[in-house]
Formats: sequence, structure tokens, C-alpha cells
Amino acid sequence: MEVSGRSSFKPHIVEEWVGKVYTILCVFVLVVTIAAMVYFVASRGLSTFITNGVSLAGLLSGLKWDPDGDPALFGALPFIFGSFATSLLAAAIAAPLGCCAAVFMTQILPGVGKKFMQPVIELLAGIPSVVFGFVGLSIVVPVLRAVFPGQGIGIAAGAIVLSIMILPTITTIAADALASLPFGLREGSFALGATRWQTIWRIVIPTALPSLLTGVVLGMSRAFGEALAVQMVIGNAPHIPRSLFESASTLTSVITLDMGNTIMGSAHNNALWSLALILLLMTFVFVFVVRMLERRSVR
Amino acid sequence: MNAKLADRIATAVIYAISGLIVCVLLGLLGYIVIRGIGHISFHFLTAEPETIKAGGGIGPQLFNSVFLLFLTMVITIPIGLGAGIYMSEYAKPGRITDGIRLIVEVLSSFPSIVVGLFGLLVIVNVFGLGFSLLSGALALAVFNLPLMVRLTEQAVRGVPREQKEASLALGLSRWKTIVSVMLPIAMPNIVTGTILAAGRVFGEAAALLFTAGMSSPRLDFTDWNPLSPFSPLNPMRPAETLAVHIWKINSEGLAPDASQIAAGASAVLILMVLLFNLGARWIGRLLYRKFTATK
Repeated sequence: MEVSGRSSFKPHIVEEWVGKVYTILCVFVLVVTIAAMVYFVASRGLSTFITNGVSLAGLLSGLKWDPDGDPALFGALPFIFGSFATSLLAAAIAAPLGCCAAVFMTQILPGVGKKFMQPVIELLAGIPSVVFGFVGLSIVVPVLRAVFPGQGIGIAAGAIVLSIMILPTITTIAADALASLPFGLREGSFALGATRWQTIWRIVIPTALPSLLTGVVLGMSRAFGEALAVQMVIGNAPHIPRSLFESASTLTSVITLDMGNTIMGSAHNNALWSLALILLLMTFVFVFVVRMLERRSVR
Repeated sequence: MNAKLADRIATAVIYAISGLIVCVLLGLLGYIVIRGIGHISFHFLTAEPETIKAGGGIGPQLFNSVFLLFLTMVITIPIGLGAGIYMSEYAKPGRITDGIRLIVEVLSSFPSIVVGLFGLLVIVNVFGLGFSLLSGALALAVFNLPLMVRLTEQAVRGVPREQKEASLALGLSRWKTIVSVMLPIAMPNIVTGTILAAGRVFGEAAALLFTAGMSSPRLDFTDWNPLSPFSPLNPMRPAETLAVHIWKINSEGLAPDASQIAAGASAVLILMVLLFNLGARWIGRLLYRKFTATK
């Protein structure tokens, strides 16, 4: 008894250790990856200020981006403005649409919603961003050019393309939030004689509001970081546009276009890394906002 | 306003908007497929691309996309599974676990272009792998890992507690329980999720611009020695994928039929993604039936 106990005891322990060490190593890879990312992007991005002597305020508020000029000017405000304008506008278009779709899927026709709308939304989520860019170039831009003054490229085109891209994110999260509301909530409202719309507008949406906002913020975060689809339709001119239909730039589009043409370690290259650092910091801001909203919705 | 009237108007508006969304999607898919399908032929799918002449194909790009996807999955699946299992089974609730969860969340919300830049700096330059398939696969792994971790964790958490406790009660170790009892039950969900994640990786481009490169050498499809520079299987060669190719010809295409090539390549990309989507559902159902012995 004792012998057989001991012989099965050992592999048991070894097996347990192998499993534990293996899974911890996997987690360790994640931790190292993120630490390396923050470290390397920050070390490059900060050298603009340290070795090239550009002031932080100058980068954030400068209006002129002329890295090859003499003296070279690194004003990134037009790109920061472009990024915020396109992603805010995209969220403003997609949020009401996504919430409507979510209400339809969960409150009005749940059966059809599950069978028909959900696969549609999932398919939309799977379309690659370059395809959105291609569609933007071949449909959105020509239509805008025909209807409004200007070339059709610009913030409006970028925002429309992005709004379709982030629609699935917003819809999915909103639908999950609405579907997980307590069962008695709607029935109570109906019992008091409220109509369906009164129930949705006064009870369901206010209760789920933090979760709905989480979806909108996640969508905005995706729009903020999206590079290629925007780069294809926005026109990429380094100034603040005077209208929505005039060529503009975003942080991501300028990095996409210029990174390959600069020499590693030059002032121009470092300035692009600073833009990447801004993107990285914005990611942290978005994650923070989402966490705050989630804490609210749990309460 | 009359409450009943308001109810009716609101319902109509919601119907209309939902219908609009469905129409936009169907219109989008229809537009891409119909515009591109006329251009898809055996020649288009296999031929080399042309830079300034008409009649180029997307053969190497298509091969690169599939091969890169394969390499990415070889890297991410073991690590993602391990980390996901740790999160669901070994991690005790507390500061460290919360920290890891935050890391996964942040990692999954990094813009893909920042992941690409990180790849350019660290993988391409510091590790000296150059613009290569391997660099691209490593960058895509960073992009794909958080997805794998999250879906593994959810799938393993979804296993009924009784199954796990019965196995532990029989005297099996925790690791043995995870590998031979819980993973098989979680498998249908993991496989479905993995295929969907693969579909996303297939269409990813921004992270690849600076890691796998924007060019493809002339490939010799008769040379299957992975060490030869012209072999398609060599992981150290630069490789332009289908998604990157679409971006490039839209931005700087010089061929006279660039827009047709873009349309055709977009259609191929969309059809592949559709295939992944349907395949994931089908395989998920199949595995579910096999593992649970239900109809």
C-alpha cells in the first residue's frame, strides 16, 4: 500500500508543477510583451524632447508640421485634432444606430434579432479594415464629392467609414447589456400601464446607460487607433481643415505614410515615435474610462 | 403627444434603422463581391503581381497570407491556451490577477499600428530578424494573444463545476483534470473562437506594414527547401500579404488595372473571411456534437 502510494505520488506532483510552471510562463510572456512595448515606444518617443530639444508644448500645440524645413517644425496639433474629430464624429454617427439595433435585437423582436441581426453584425465585425478603406475610396468619397463642395476626401469621409467599422462593437456590447437587465424591470413597467417605448426610453436605457457608454467608448478607441482605412480616405494634408470636406490628417495616417521614409534616430523619425506615444497614452485613457464606466454599471 | 402614438412612431423608427443597417451590410458585401468576382480567375489567383503592366495577379500575396496565418497560430495557440488556463484555474482573485487582467485588456486595445511599430523597433531591428514572415508572425502574435487568452479563459470557465470536481475527487491532479477533462469540454468554444480570431488576423494589415514588409521576392513554387531565399516556405523572407497588397495598390498602385485588382483582391479577402466565419460555426457545432454525444 505504502509503496504503490509513493510511486503514484511522485508523478502526480511533477505533473502539477509542470502545469503550473507552463501556465505561469505563458502569463509572463504577456507581461514582458506589454512592458517592452511601453518601454521601447516611450524611449523613442521621449527622445524627441530629450535629444532633439523639441518642447512638449510645442509638439502638442504647434500648428505647423514641417520636419524637413530649416528650422524643422514639429507641430502635431493638426493630427491630434484630426484623430479626435474623426473618432468623435464616427462615435456620434454609430452610437444612436448601434443602440437602435440593440434595442431592436433585445426588446422588440428578440427572435429575429438573434437569428438574423446577430449574424449580420458579426459579419460586419469581420470585414478587414483595408476593405473598408477600399469601399470608402470607391463609394463614400465619390458620393461626397458629388454632393458637397471639395474633393470628397477629408474628415467626413473618414468618420463615415469609421462609423460603419465601429458599429458592430457598439451594437454587440449594447445588446449584451440590454439582454442582461433584471427580468422584472420591464414587466414592472408594463404592469403599471407604460407602453413599450416608455419602458425602453424611461426604464431600460437609463438603467443600462453605463454599459451603453462602455460600448461607445470602446468603439471610439477602435476608431482612434485605426490606421489604414482612414489613411486611404482622409487626404493626408498636414493642417487643420476649415471644413469637413477638406483634406486632413490623423496621428495614425501620418505615422503610416512617413515611418517608412525616415531614418531611424533622425529628428523626424523621433517625432513620429512621439505621435505613437500619444496613441499609446490615449489607449490607456480609453481603458481607464471603460473601467470607470464598468465599475458604475456593477454598482 | 399620445403615448400610444409615440410608441408606434418609435417602433417604426427603430425598425427603419435596423433595416438600414442590414441593407448597408448586404449592400457592402454585395458591392464588394459583385464588383470583384468578375476579375477573379485561376490566373488572377495564381499569377505574380505586375507593377506597371495590366494583368497582374495575387498568387504570392494569397500564399503569404495563409502561411503567415499558420505561423501566427503556431505561436499564439500554445501561449494563449496556457495563459487562459492560468487565468481561469490557477490565478487566485487578488491584486496580481487584477493586474494581469488589466494587461490583457490594455494589450487588446493597443492600436495595431502601434503593435507594428513595436515590431519594427524590437523584432526587426533589435532582434535583427529583418522584414520577414517571422517578424510579421510575431507582431501578429502580440495582436492575437489577448484574444486567445480571453476566449480560452471564458471557455474553461464555462465547464460545469461538477465535471471538474468529479475528476478531482477521483484523485486526478489539477493539471491532469484540466488537460483531460476540462479542455475537451471547452474545446468546441475554443476552436470556434480560434477560427474567428484567425479570420481577423487574415485581414490585418497595419501591423504588417513595418514587420513583414511591403514586397515579396519572386517565389519559386518548385523549391520547397525552407532555407533557400526564393522558397515560399522560407520564414526569413519578406512577405506582402493580401491585405497589405490591397492597401498598397489603392495608395500607390501604378498598374492601369489597379482598381480592378483592388476590387478582385477585396472580394477574395471578404470571401475568405466569410469562409472562416461559416467554417467556425460548422466546426464548432460538429465538435459540440462529438464531445457531448447529443444530436
